[in-house]
Amino acid sequence: MGILRSLTLLLIALASALSLPATAQEDDPGTALLTNLAEAPNSKVEEALNAIVSSGDPRARGWLEAYGNNRLSQVKNTGQVVVVLNNRGRDWKIANPLTGENMGEMSRRELDRVAINNAIRGQLGGILAMLDLNAPDPDVREASAQDMMGKVDALLVEPLEARLELEESAKVRNRIEEALAIYRVGEGDLDAVEVLAGSLHPRARASLNVAVRGDDPALAAKAKQALSTIEQKLKLNRAAETLYFGLSLGSVLVLAAIGLAITFGVMGVINMAHGELIMLGAYTTWGMQQLLPGQPGLALILSIPAGFMVAATAGIIIERSVIQYLKGRPLETLLATFGISLILQQLVRTVISPQNRTVVTPEWMSGSLVINDALSLTLNRMYVLGFALVVFAALMLIMRRTRLGLEVRAVTQNRNMARSMGIRATRVDIMTFALGSGVAGLAGVALSQLTNVGPNLGQNYIIDSFMVVVFGGVGNLWGTLIAGLSLGTINQLLEPWAGAVLAKIIVLVFIILFIQKRPMGLFPQKGRAAEG
Amino acid sequence: MSIFQELANRDQVFDFLAPVQSPVDVRHGPILYMEDVNVSFDGFKAINNLNLTVDDGELRCIIGPNGAGKTTMMDIITGKTRPDTGSVWFGSRHNLLTKNEPDIASLGIGRKFQKPTVFEALTVFENLELAMATDKRILPTLTAIMKPEYRDRIDEVLQTIGLQELRDRLAGILSHGQKQWLEIGMLLMQKPRLLLVDEPVAGMTEQEMERTAELLTSLAGKQSVVVVEHDMGFVRSIARKVTVLHQGSVLAEGTMDQVSNDPEVIKVYLGEEA
Amino acid sequence: MASSQNWLLRPFQERSTQLFLGVLFTALVVVTFLHLFMPQDSALHVSAYTVTLLGKYLCYALLAVAVDLVWGYLGILSLGHGAFFALGGYAMGMYLMRQIGDRGTYGDPVLPDFMVFLNWDSLPWYWQGFDMAWFAFIMVLLAPGLLALVFGFLAFRSRVTGVYLSIITQALTFALMLAFFRNEMGFGGNNGLTDFRDILGFNLRTDATRLGLFIATGIALAIGYVICRAIVASKLGRVSIACRDAEARTRFLGYRVERVQLFVFVVSAMLAGVAGALYVPQVGIINPSEFSPLFSIEIVVWVALGGRATLYGAVIGAILVNYAKTVFTGVMPDAWLFALGGLFVLVTVFLPKGIAGLLQKRHKTKPDDDTPTRQEATA
Repeated sequence: MGILRSLTLLLIALASALSLPATAQEDDPGTALLTNLAEAPNSKVEEALNAIVSSGDPRARGWLEAYGNNRLSQVKNTGQVVVVLNNRGRDWKIANPLTGENMGEMSRRELDRVAINNAIRGQLGGILAMLDLNAPDPDVREASAQDMMGKVDALLVEPLEARLELEESAKVRNRIEEALAIYRVGEGDLDAVEVLAGSLHPRARASLNVAVRGDDPALAAKAKQALSTIEQKLKLNRAAETLYFGLSLGSVLVLAAIGLAITFGVMGVINMAHGELIMLGAYTTWGMQQLLPGQPGLALILSIPAGFMVAATAGIIIERSVIQYLKGRPLETLLATFGISLILQQLVRTVISPQNRTVVTPEWMSGSLVINDALSLTLNRMYVLGFALVVFAALMLIMRRTRLGLEVRAVTQNRNMARSMGIRATRVDIMTFALGSGVAGLAGVALSQLTNVGPNLGQNYIIDSFMVVVFGGVGNLWGTLIAGLSLGTINQLLEPWAGAVLAKIIVLVFIILFIQKRPMGLFPQKGRAAEG
Repeated sequence: MSIFQELANRDQVFDFLAPVQSPVDVRHGPILYMEDVNVSFDGFKAINNLNLTVDDGELRCIIGPNGAGKTTMMDIITGKTRPDTGSVWFGSRHNLLTKNEPDIASLGIGRKFQKPTVFEALTVFENLELAMATDKRILPTLTAIMKPEYRDRIDEVLQTIGLQELRDRLAGILSHGQKQWLEIGMLLMQKPRLLLVDEPVAGMTEQEMERTAELLTSLAGKQSVVVVEHDMGFVRSIARKVTVLHQGSVLAEGTMDQVSNDPEVIKVYLGEEA
Repeated sequence: MASSQNWLLRPFQERSTQLFLGVLFTALVVVTFLHLFMPQDSALHVSAYTVTLLGKYLCYALLAVAVDLVWGYLGILSLGHGAFFALGGYAMGMYLMRQIGDRGTYGDPVLPDFMVFLNWDSLPWYWQGFDMAWFAFIMVLLAPGLLALVFGFLAFRSRVTGVYLSIITQALTFALMLAFFRNEMGFGGNNGLTDFRDILGFNLRTDATRLGLFIATGIALAIGYVICRAIVASKLGRVSIACRDAEARTRFLGYRVERVQLFVFVVSAMLAGVAGALYVPQVGIINPSEFSPLFSIEIVVWVALGGRATLYGAVIGAILVNYAKTVFTGVMPDAWLFALGGLFVLVTVFLPKGIAGLLQKRHKTKPDDDTPTRQEATA
């Protein structure tokens, strides 16, 4: 399949290249190049190939690929070189390599395969990459230069050096220099070691490692030095990666906890169904994608308001139907909302499915941002991190700058006083709870991009969320942000040597002990207000 | 740990069967001595260089506008709040800043809260029983039995606070004034050397107020009493010496007449009230 | 006023305790009689399966009493009591595991099957001694007791109470669950401990042993109940209530609130451990799911349904809910979580005093009972 497709592509390319007024085949320099290759003895094949490469002919890539796939043949009678499209059966379909034109079928007996030996086949990759080095797109050139790492041999050195002279892009130049240096280190070149000292590519390290073990003591010493420089850089990159994963995990924790920081921290309501509100947000995303098949990106963006509304509505229903009757009885609220969480979970299991649902990641969120050879950051995590910060900033604005925020703070500090000043406390309760719940929904939308969406989604986050809020100091949004990010990072730091489960246990035990030491969290509220 | 230690220490039984005496050394005069005490909450200075001395057997009234630091001062004396700087001594032997609430309570400092706090799910009798000055460690409490002399003591206090009729009713059903009385009764059961009384007559009728005044003045002499009160009439009726707090420090001290003629005091406090 | 000089004998003078013990022992005798002397085909025959099921309910009842002691009388809502139950269960499970000896699949005389499977060559240090029944039974009390002591010491000393304490107890049991799921812990990982053969030399698969375990559980429940009652009826019980309702006031009276809390919490954890230890030989398995936060919070709803701060309410609640669970999961398993969730909501919103509250209300309408009882004021 793959071969056929590339052949077809090749033909299309050829056809388009030759849609210009057809030149006489005899005048085409390609004829000579191909014939030269077909008729070269083993020792001359490399030369023939280099001639094709340096010709700069746009069709060269197709020829070489066909050659590598054993699809280049010479017609016994005429000596014409053809491309074999289909080599099954007795009669083979063939095409003209110069024009791409179909030449019908020919018995395989009349054809002579252009032989390729394994040594040449091994080099072909490098030779093809060499071809790409001439491509107009610098990204293609960079990719092909990267391909060449560790594949450079004596024959490629010269064309590479030639290319280096011409190359304008600094990135591509670096790559080519590194590729050459890998070869030269192998040849015992001391200066090349210096070039590699800056490289994070695994091939560079491999070749230096070989040099360290080699016979040349001067080279070995220098290579060792270079390796330790690289090791330093790698460590830094690994630290950066851990930090990134930590912040990413932290941003998830912040998202999950920030709604709780509002309902629990500001209102003092213990909502054990908070995790299930997150779950509802995630299922909203899934539902949106079902409604808009083929447009996962649009569905995801629409899910942001939709997830907020769904979770906020659910929150209002919970507040009106249960929580308002349990005011001032936090332990009972805890139990009742836990019951609600069981009901919501089972509802999803019964109505949708007990199985996990897949939420599609839109294209612009998949893939990763490559920083260097050792560090690349996945895009979806970056988006979630950004989203968490935006949600946090928005909440801060709402609490600090809007009328609602003012009323919420007034009601929480002194309910009766606030009421006597004309604030409708009940309405504020509903709005606050809806806000906290809606944010849980937003967390669900974001989480759907990172984890499986299933009935247990929320359950997995509820204990963590409470830990984050308590750790940060109840009633303090900044505390929640810092607690979430730092707990995520601590968790990631521990994971390499403790494993995921043990890291989680250690973090939990750490928080349990921390709460004993500072019951009010990282950023406690002091004074008489805190006693009430 | 501590429980095991207690178990292990049972041979010291005579120690805690001995009647609880407050070993307070008052030969040098004051029973309570506060010097240069400072407390701040989030930058707000609740107590600012407070200096206060209460003599043994004295009845002292403390007045001051809201936020003057009266309640915080009591929190510091009873170990609830730790000051940032300063020293607080009970007699000349006990540094209160190194002790926690139960320790301070067993030394002989009793406290009545601003809001009457009694155990609403227990009967009046039981409330007094818990307050009684006995061994308050775990195992002695678990195996405690109601001795006749304890019963007599409780009945005596019930008489004093006038709640004999309600002795077996739950404290939760008492009126606000009755709760105040019960709480004072609990203080009496503790036999403290120093009583801290926070707004004892809030919510009381005129008659109840009179009886409270009588009770508090009768206590003075045997025990030292510090009363924080807003009701100026009540203060005038019991006070011999009055301390005025303002913004966390002492503004004036003296007899009621001296204080009420102090121009500073009139400006910040009485002036507003009048 | 109870007047007995001995605090442990005081409960026997209370009518509610006499009634409770009477009902419990009658039930034990009746079930034993129906199991042993009714012919198999009789409608009144109680099968060995049912005896074990009832034994399981009684374990839960003891666990519920333990939770009621701390929640009802001390005001500490522990969402981690399943951890103490499970620790007691694991201690018993380790003993039963060692009793298997060389009769396991791999026939190793010392190592349990799962350790052979994991290629361990010797017994971890913490498995030593569990071949002796007396040691294992001490550990049943000590393991949960020590955990409660350390955890409670730290928590109560820092005055962590109320919702915070509930949340960190939940985190505690969650962390333990994750830990016990790990094979490296040496407690059989996911699968836990199972395939038990005999206990104290009696084959666990015989009806007689099952009946014996049922009766033992009944007696354990009776003893646990009396201990809790004795604590509650003592002055210490009144101090507990004082801590629950006005912690600061109690402290200013000179009681060390954190020690009272610690003492009662440790006693409760040990009772939970005993319940777990009796549970394991009857159900034949102990695995990390007993540590799950859901189980711990379920216990609380048994107590809430029965009525907190009554002790007998906890027993009623545990038996009722678990009977309902047996019925539901048999008839329509999907509906059980709906029912349980609904129960949480209904009890907290409409029945804050539980079933015991309803019983007392009916009782109170009698003219001669004019003083409200202690329990009614503790909602």
